[in-house]
Amino acid sequence: MGNNSYIPHVQDSPSGKITQGRKVVIDIRDLRKSFGENHVLNGFHLRLYEGENLVVMGKSGSGKSVMIKCLVGLMQPDSGYIEVMGREVNTLDQAQLDALRADIGFLFQGSALYDSMTVRENLEFPIRRHREKLGNVSDTEPLVMEALENVGLAHTIDLMPEELSGGMKRRVALARTLILKPKVILYDEPTSGLDPITAKEIIELMRSIQRKYNTSSLIITHDVDCARVVSERMVLLVDGINYAEGTYAELSSDKDPKVEAFFKK
Amino acid sequence: MTVGQRTLRQRTRGLHTAIRDFFAETGALSFFAARFFREVIRPPLEFRELLRQCYQVGNRSLVLVVVTGFIIGLVLTLQSRPTLIEFGAVSWMPNMVGISIVREIGPVITALICAGRIASGMGAELGSMRVTEQIDAMEVSGTNPFKYLVVTRILATTLMLPLLVVFGDLVALFGSALVENLKGDVSFQLYFNTVFNALGYGDLIPATIKSFFFGFVIGLVGCYKGYYSKKGTAGVGIAANTAVVTASLLLFMVDFIAVFVTDIFYDL
Repeated sequence: MGNNSYIPHVQDSPSGKITQGRKVVIDIRDLRKSFGENHVLNGFHLRLYEGENLVVMGKSGSGKSVMIKCLVGLMQPDSGYIEVMGREVNTLDQAQLDALRADIGFLFQGSALYDSMTVRENLEFPIRRHREKLGNVSDTEPLVMEALENVGLAHTIDLMPEELSGGMKRRVALARTLILKPKVILYDEPTSGLDPITAKEIIELMRSIQRKYNTSSLIITHDVDCARVVSERMVLLVDGINYAEGTYAELSSDKDPKVEAFFKK
Repeated sequence: MTVGQRTLRQRTRGLHTAIRDFFAETGALSFFAARFFREVIRPPLEFRELLRQCYQVGNRSLVLVVVTGFIIGLVLTLQSRPTLIEFGAVSWMPNMVGISIVREIGPVITALICAGRIASGMGAELGSMRVTEQIDAMEVSGTNPFKYLVVTRILATTLMLPLLVVFGDLVALFGSALVENLKGDVSFQLYFNTVFNALGYGDLIPATIKSFFFGFVIGLVGCYKGYYSKKGTAGVGIAANTAVVTASLLLFMVDFIAVFVTDIFYDL
């Protein structure tokens, strides 16, 4: 633990990178990002496989959100290699990046619903730019309804975000994430700011979406309960590096003080 | 080092920082303006959002512009009347009020009201969108947030401000005419005939062109302050506040340049 040697054997194949018989969806190598003297990421590595639920845990300010924003090109890393579904993010032009983003769903920490739009308009918004991905549909109503039904909020279609509770906003945001049928979903603190019951509902929703659409999920969280339920594999981000990796059971029984600190009640 | 020397050094350092910040801010605002011109010519034009913003800008300011214009026209006439009577020049009232309102007072007052109302609103709105990651969400969904949020807003203020100025001018003239009608027994028809006879293209065109620039400045500063608002709710408040201050200051600078340039043309 605590070393930085996570670079398993990778083979290139016509359908993309394959490691240990599984297709690599996200590949991050030696990612570094600093804000002035604050070195947030110091050579972070990560590999997400197709259909996998990977949880990245870290304390507040440990660089989890920075890492996830670098993944979708919202932030430029200082150095490092980021590949998503076979495309190197840092070398893409704007059009290519937009095309890639259509395959990535991003659930923001605070839901990030557009205040000035209704739920319907919020869900229609991503379709405007990616209509061709959905077969140039002219009537978006069925898509919007399907996405809302997936999160159990079809009745809120004409409401404004301000009329929704925190949990409902998170579910609508998840519906907006799903509308383009992404292959990968990035969750940035999906349960933060929610009460335990609502958080549990969101976690269940994440699991059911993963089962239904067979998406790969990268979940950024500091919520141990969330990590326990959704993770197949976990990475602990400490001091800008992947300090420890393993399943929940492996990590929760680890005696390393820095690892133990995450799981102490 | 004496206390005096230490104080002097601190003040010099403070002045140095202020000058550096001023140039940094001016540079950043110029880049923001350059980006606007680059993006505005690139398709697609977010036409629906542009119309929505035009409605918002007009709707948000119309009542305020109308009320203020009316009061300005009323007060200007009431205040000028005794002096003009003293010089036996009260018949020149419509000419004086008309020219001063159309050339200067109307555009400047309307622009200042809009700076307070629209620039602060845009600063707060975009700042809050930045803080709550709505701008990031827009970018991730494949929409260029600069084009969707900034270009449409700047275009809307640039297009709508001249219209608001026209409204403001007309209402101010009506306020003035009302005073003249009540106090001087001048009919509305005579008043407006005199005003429009006194006004020439040399008064209307520079004022209209100036209004477009005022609108551009208001939209530019409001969007710049909001778009680059720092994280946190405090940042939203600061964005709204500094948007008004900077926009107002820039309006006077633009006004000075506009008057200076117009004056050159008058001399020709």
